[in-house]
Amino acid sequence: MTPSALPLPHLLWLLTGMALAVAPHTLWLPWWVSATVATLFLWRAWLARKQTALPARWVVVVLTVANVAGVYFSYRTIFGRDPGVTLLVVLLALKMMETRTHRDLYVMVFLAYFIALAHFFYSQTIPTAVLTLVTVLATTSALVGINAPARPIADNLKTSGWMLIQAGPIMLLLFFLFPRVQGPLWGVPQDAFSGLTGLSDTMSPGTISQLSQSDAIAFRVKFEGASPPRNQLYWRGPVFWDFDGRTWRPGPVNFLRDIQYESSGTPLDYEVTLEPHNRDWLFALEMPARVPSAGRLTRDYQLLSLQPVRARIRYTLSSYPNYRATGGAGPRELAAALALPPEFNPRARALAREWRRTLDSDAAIVRQAISFIRGAGLEYTLLPPLLGRHSVDEFLFDTRQGFCEHFASSFVFLLRAAGVPARIVTGYQGGDLNPIDGYMVVRQSDAHAWTEVWLAGNGWMRVDPTAAAVPVRVESGITAAAPRGASLTLLTGANIGWLRAMRYNWDALANQWNQRVLGYNPDRQREMLSWLGVPQPDWQTMAMMLFWGVAGVLLATALWLVRGIRRDDPVQRAWLRFCDKLRRAGLARASTEGPLDYASRVTGRLPSRAGTVRAIAELYVDLRYGPRSDRHSVSRLRHLVRDFRP
Amino acid sequence: MLERVLQYSQLYNFYNWVFKHHAPEPGVVFLSQRRVYILPTRQGIVFGFAVILMLIGSINYSLSLGYVLTFLLAGLGTVSILHTFRNLAYLYVSAGRVAPLFAGDTAQFQIFLENRSGFDRHSVNLSCRGATVSCDVPVLCAVPVPVPLKSEKRGWLQLERVTIDTRYPLGLIRAWSYVQPDMRALVYPRPDTASLPMPRSAPETGDAISAGAGTDDFAGLRPYQASDSPRHIAWKAAARGDSLLTKLFAGQAASELWFDWNELPPDMQVEARLSRLARWVLLAEEQGLRYGLMLPGISVPSSDGPEQMERCLKELALHDA
Repeated sequence: MTPSALPLPHLLWLLTGMALAVAPHTLWLPWWVSATVATLFLWRAWLARKQTALPARWVVVVLTVANVAGVYFSYRTIFGRDPGVTLLVVLLALKMMETRTHRDLYVMVFLAYFIALAHFFYSQTIPTAVLTLVTVLATTSALVGINAPARPIADNLKTSGWMLIQAGPIMLLLFFLFPRVQGPLWGVPQDAFSGLTGLSDTMSPGTISQLSQSDAIAFRVKFEGASPPRNQLYWRGPVFWDFDGRTWRPGPVNFLRDIQYESSGTPLDYEVTLEPHNRDWLFALEMPARVPSAGRLTRDYQLLSLQPVRARIRYTLSSYPNYRATGGAGPRELAAALALPPEFNPRARALAREWRRTLDSDAAIVRQAISFIRGAGLEYTLLPPLLGRHSVDEFLFDTRQGFCEHFASSFVFLLRAAGVPARIVTGYQGGDLNPIDGYMVVRQSDAHAWTEVWLAGNGWMRVDPTAAAVPVRVESGITAAAPRGASLTLLTGANIGWLRAMRYNWDALANQWNQRVLGYNPDRQREMLSWLGVPQPDWQTMAMMLFWGVAGVLLATALWLVRGIRRDDPVQRAWLRFCDKLRRAGLARASTEGPLDYASRVTGRLPSRAGTVRAIAELYVDLRYGPRSDRHSVSRLRHLVRDFRP
Repeated sequence: MLERVLQYSQLYNFYNWVFKHHAPEPGVVFLSQRRVYILPTRQGIVFGFAVILMLIGSINYSLSLGYVLTFLLAGLGTVSILHTFRNLAYLYVSAGRVAPLFAGDTAQFQIFLENRSGFDRHSVNLSCRGATVSCDVPVLCAVPVPVPLKSEKRGWLQLERVTIDTRYPLGLIRAWSYVQPDMRALVYPRPDTASLPMPRSAPETGDAISAGAGTDDFAGLRPYQASDSPRHIAWKAAARGDSLLTKLFAGQAASELWFDWNELPPDMQVEARLSRLARWVLLAEEQGLRYGLMLPGISVPSSDGPEQMERCLKELALHDA
């Protein structure tokens, strides 16, 4: 069969399936690719409606070359994730223009499956899953249409729907039991994890305030007991040591053999589900008392993962909110915590020198610095004015408007200039407890920067200059701290009751989705198998479980599918039943008697039933020896026989 | 023991079909599980590779939903094996009619597919020697399917092995079975195209008043026409009325045609003779004449009508020189 034999509705339906697969990609595809693909779709549909010949092969070749060149010039490469997916989309659209053979149609369908899968690079939310399911349903029904062009599309949809339902148990078995390997299998392209939001590995004015516009979730936390008060929720991330006048950078990474700090009070136990951010930071409440198996602790108390976090991961921790961090204070480190670039911020330097001259201890200088920040009339804003060369001077004495990074940067600068070792800590501050499922959600907009000051005898002490100047930031969160009119995203700023409730519900649902579906990884698989009673599953055991599971499901499906099988002939069965009823009435059929003869004999004996008897015999003869039978006649015969009383 | 195991293996059946002699099967053939073979199509293999690629991609990029989609498609492919199998198995195949034809034409072997199961069958293909017909078999229906087979020479044309296959619903899997219903078509010799006339009837019967009429038995009256022989005028009847009537006779003697093998030129080949005779038979039937056929050892008495034509053509078809 040639595709020209594929009826128009089926062809258009196939195109619809393809369009569904491509549609979500237009959110990120270069605009010209979206435009080209849309044009090709419309062109193809128009050609199909007009029953016109497809464009000549050279036209398709020219278009292909032009589009591949276009992709190259857009991305400067044709390798990598985004260019790869773009090429797939373009090739699918061009393949539509040359559906000459049956094989081309299959190629289109398979490409559509690939493109549907590729969308998961960009989104794996519940709506995406639903959309993909719809796409697969439509595409599969188009595949049925290729093989049964005479059927209406609605029937094909029903068939593919049933098949997908029957494929469901196999999918679940494979999903849970297929031996999981933690990817990647080989080096993935550089751009594979671009577009993940999160903290930066440097800090300059503006980096965090940009992030605070984002409503994206950084991580979720489940506390064992009650959650601590908001002003203790400092989620420690990257620590910055080196300042070049504008940008703060991390120092050298040295790992701690064991945790060095003195703790008091009871620890908080909690589990963090961290969204991928393509860096190796694991965020922990200050101060972590335990290192997760896949992580290490540095001398400045950063918790680092062994690999960049490229998939959502889960780890359990415990932290002591009351601590004295005395580790990581060797002479070289203290020197680094005092280093400042010369010839920057002369006014701040002068002020700090003044403090050092008049005050007798480091602690007094710190207290003086805090009261200075508090009294300097500094304003907390999401849209700080741009700063020039002497960023600290301009912030403290001129513009007086800044975000947490300005506060932290200026504070550390002042202390270092006064000879007190200090460093910047970034991370997240706060979190929003979802009353639906009890998870605390920490968003990118909770990103924060604070400082740590070395005081001999006290160790590294946390000082949050933002909290000093704008206490409400730490007490109530960024929504309360930012002045009205600042552009926060709708939901971060939302105080409307029902909107908030809806958001909590949705967050709880999305969290379940993340925990159970997206977060199903080798560890979770091991947990589930040991819960099932297989404590040390090796891949052979899993393969056997999988094999028997799938075999069982297939057997059940097969039995369900062939339940309508009947070997005997319904016509014959009805006739024999009829004869049997008569036999019991004393009118047995002679073995040499044909149906019509028999009927006429019976009619003579049972004149009141003559009509029915004749109808049954004639229908039987018709069905048995006539040119063809149809299901209505068969069921009529069965009904007549069933209702027959001799 | 081994024999029993082998008996139930599809491979054994397949081996039997391919390498052993298989005779036509009379009666109704039931396509049981053991008769239905199933293998992936080329598209099915490509689909399998695509699923494996998707799995590797999902592992590499840790795409949880990628796993879901990949496994869903894997399940779909697996389930489609059952669906394709069920679309073919448990059908009943029986022989229908086949009309006679002339050599070189295509015979239409009517094969009945009967579906006694509770679900419809779609896109079931029957093919014989490369020619394929497709049909749907709804629930509790017997559908006649004309399977074409091109005839080459006269005689009996035995239906060859018919492959019944289906790729419904997804085209990833092909289920097929072989049947050979005991059916044969009668192939008449192809009439030749020479424009030679039929052999003339004997001179003494040349005054036949109309085609198909003789002089032996009185058959009725009709109004006189100028060309009618005066010998046939019904004078007695004419005396009673005012118009002339002509007596009609039916019989063999008059314009009786005999198509005789031996009257053909002696250098003519067997097949050419049969073709010539076949054309004459058709021509005579077309003109409504009475005719008989003389072949070496066989003679068909003179008659007319479709039965006569079929009888003569059958003798010609089955003539063995």
